[in-house]
Amino acid sequence: MELTLRINGRDRSVRSEEDTPLLYVLRDELKLKGAKFGCGLEQCGACAVLADGEATFTCVSPAAAFAGSEIVTPEGLAETECGARVQAAFAEASAAQCGYCTPGLAIAATALLMRNPSPSREEAKAEMQMHLCRCGSHPRVLRAVELAASRNRK
Amino acid sequence: MSMGRRHVSEWMGIENGMLVVRPGKVDIGQRISTALAEIAREELTVLRDRIRVAKVKTGSSPDEGTTSGSNSLEQGGLAIRRAAATLRRHAIGLAAEQTGSRPNDWTLTGGILHGPGRNRPVDFLEFAEDMDLRIPLDQDIPPPPARARPASPPMLGIESMAAGSYRFLQDFELPGMLHARAVRPPHARARLLDIRQAVIDELADGGIITVRDGSFIAVAGPREWPVVKAARRVLTSCTWDLEKGLPEIDVDELLAQSKAERMPVLDGRPIPDAPIAPMQPRADCAARYLRPFTMHASLGPSAGLAIRDGKRISIISHSQGIYALRASIAECLGLELENVEITFAPGSGCYGHNGADDAAFDATLVANAIPGKPILLKWTRENEHCWEPFGPPQAVELAARLGEDGRIEGLSAEAIGGTYRGRPSPGPGGAGPARLLANRFRGSPIPAPPAVPNLNKQGGIHRNLDPCYEISETRLVNNLVPDLPHRTSALRCLGAAANIFAIESFMDELAFKLGKDPLSFRRSYLEDPRALAVLDRLGEAMEKAARKLNSDGRGIAYAQYKNEMARVAVGVFVSVADDAAVTLDRAIIVVDAGRIVDLPGLEAQMEGGFLQGASWALHEEVVWNREGIVSSDWDSYPVLRFDNVPEIETIAIDRPDRSSNGAGEASGGPAIAAIVNAVFDATGLRIRRLPLTAEAIRNSALDQEAADG
Repeated sequence: MELTLRINGRDRSVRSEEDTPLLYVLRDELKLKGAKFGCGLEQCGACAVLADGEATFTCVSPAAAFAGSEIVTPEGLAETECGARVQAAFAEASAAQCGYCTPGLAIAATALLMRNPSPSREEAKAEMQMHLCRCGSHPRVLRAVELAASRNRK
Repeated sequence: MSMGRRHVSEWMGIENGMLVVRPGKVDIGQRISTALAEIAREELTVLRDRIRVAKVKTGSSPDEGTTSGSNSLEQGGLAIRRAAATLRRHAIGLAAEQTGSRPNDWTLTGGILHGPGRNRPVDFLEFAEDMDLRIPLDQDIPPPPARARPASPPMLGIESMAAGSYRFLQDFELPGMLHARAVRPPHARARLLDIRQAVIDELADGGIITVRDGSFIAVAGPREWPVVKAARRVLTSCTWDLEKGLPEIDVDELLAQSKAERMPVLDGRPIPDAPIAPMQPRADCAARYLRPFTMHASLGPSAGLAIRDGKRISIISHSQGIYALRASIAECLGLELENVEITFAPGSGCYGHNGADDAAFDATLVANAIPGKPILLKWTRENEHCWEPFGPPQAVELAARLGEDGRIEGLSAEAIGGTYRGRPSPGPGGAGPARLLANRFRGSPIPAPPAVPNLNKQGGIHRNLDPCYEISETRLVNNLVPDLPHRTSALRCLGAAANIFAIESFMDELAFKLGKDPLSFRRSYLEDPRALAVLDRLGEAMEKAARKLNSDGRGIAYAQYKNEMARVAVGVFVSVADDAAVTLDRAIIVVDAGRIVDLPGLEAQMEGGFLQGASWALHEEVVWNREGIVSSDWDSYPVLRFDNVPEIETIAIDRPDRSSNGAGEASGGPAIAAIVNAVFDATGLRIRRLPLTAEAIRNSALDQEAADG
């Protein structure tokens, strides 16, 4: 399969087998390791990227399904105003323990804030509901979302 | 571990003006590196950006045993504090000697040495870089330096975690590396009869190698997705002897009918073959509590990276005990110890003995069969859920005798459960190899080893079996149940989770029966002023919170971890919906962990322990049937998610003049009990079996209705 994907603002030509989930194209072919494998079942959110601004899981859907979408991986977040703000807030709020779920949560937080610049705590929880954290960093993640929202200068 | 005749150089070095701290304890999501670097900073006053924490690796890192039991700050931290204090004393001594002054004339602040006979400041690290650090550790070191308030060091690695560039073992790429997956049997008792050779041949034509050793099967190839698919394909081309399958039995019955090894627990230790005091003939209150099999279920499935070069094997692993793993793997392969090297690299959060060691050994077996190629073997989600060593089930039977004044005169506590001791660690009878999963499948399989008791003080099933209360007479018994159908090992808190859940539920039941307030009831059995302070702070915070909340019920619990470490009181407010789903409205945690080294780290461990405890209390139970483990993913093994994360207030009491206590496991047990007690307060239903799913609560209500007639 030859396919062009728009990833972090660049066109990338990929050659993985047709049924390859996007996550494997990102991690194995393009060496973008920010999105993590957690379950392969779209149950945990570790593999999330932004696809046209929506937090989207990548461990099941084949890469071809993302053709024409603007994909932002955790590596590309810093190049967006909102993503950079979210990452800085995560660092400031120590919003991680082991850090394995963190890139996916930063993606979710960015998607939320792009759509809703000042979400309530309940809205933040709803956005994060499909994302698992086993260490219990949740309270700090929610604080990071609030911190990032409070710094929105637009 | 003896500290005698050990040297500063084992724990620290100075390279290019940077202080390199070399811990033996590893980062498993508990940010211990941050705390250990902070201890070195406290002693040496150097700026944080001049401290680096070295990789943990066999050969170059000190062997500090397993990173477990909330011991890292106390043991690893003490070693680093000792090394740093020794270095400071020697450096100052040397500076004094060079200038003909006295050590007392010198001070060290901000990483700068100030003293007579020098007309400009002396950078401590530059000065000490020329010293030979093979200095024997001082046995007596001065108390840690005074400070106004606990430090809040930034967490090491947090920026790269947020940026997605923090490198986990699962992210490694080495030249020529092959990805690998293991192919597991349907259940632990199945044996491979046959694989369709045509499938193996076809895969080989596509560049995918199949490795087989008895019932151990793995596939390896250069691209990850084709390897994932190949593993699935090989699985469907296997024929298994399923024997009778797994025994179908309820976990309560399983524990009740097994013949346990019974040992009295005295001064925190089980005593084998010792007589057990008979039960008092009269108990005024008795209850049995149950926690089922649970799992660590780390978010990132385990992985191992191995390469064989001639007789040498180099391994990268997220194991909590790289030295014990090295010895176990060397024994399996008949290699000299120095020919096996293990470097630690982080996996995802680890809450005890998960699949890390087994995945390292799986990768080693594949690397052994394909020499010269780095092999990165990753478990699947299903592998992790079905094959990690589970936390064993545990029942706790409590009985109390009350005096005429209504006070508890005597208490009997019997803990009945499987072993928490399943880590690979060399020992009699090949305990190292026998505890590595793949050895159960290989051509000459090593069967499951017999369950061994942990006789250490506060060691396993009996951890926190002794209530932290002043009760004149206690009778404590450890019952080790052998031959459970699933492999079990260490899971965060070990027996303390079930024991604290039981004892703190029981205290609540007694308080209710006697018409006492749960907090003042507990208070009346405590004399330790630090315990009382923790409870009083909780009481104040609960009253304040209650004024703003409209919850259905509240509950509290208290425990001192291992009866000698961090003191933690937890309060919870809950609402219980019509369908019996429990919502956590608010949690308050009060902790006294002695001198606080890393305040946000302590708070994070309290919160994380609470949330994991909440997940155990409300959701977690391993389910299986004849065909295998049913709890194979996050739908079939639900855990706490964001929707039920309450506002958590953590109050940390700093005791700058006391030693620091580890706290990673101190809030989990009280969290369970506080939630169970809050559900009772909300519903009148006393539930003694975890988890408190909505279904369990509804069933309990039906039972109650039936009993009330």
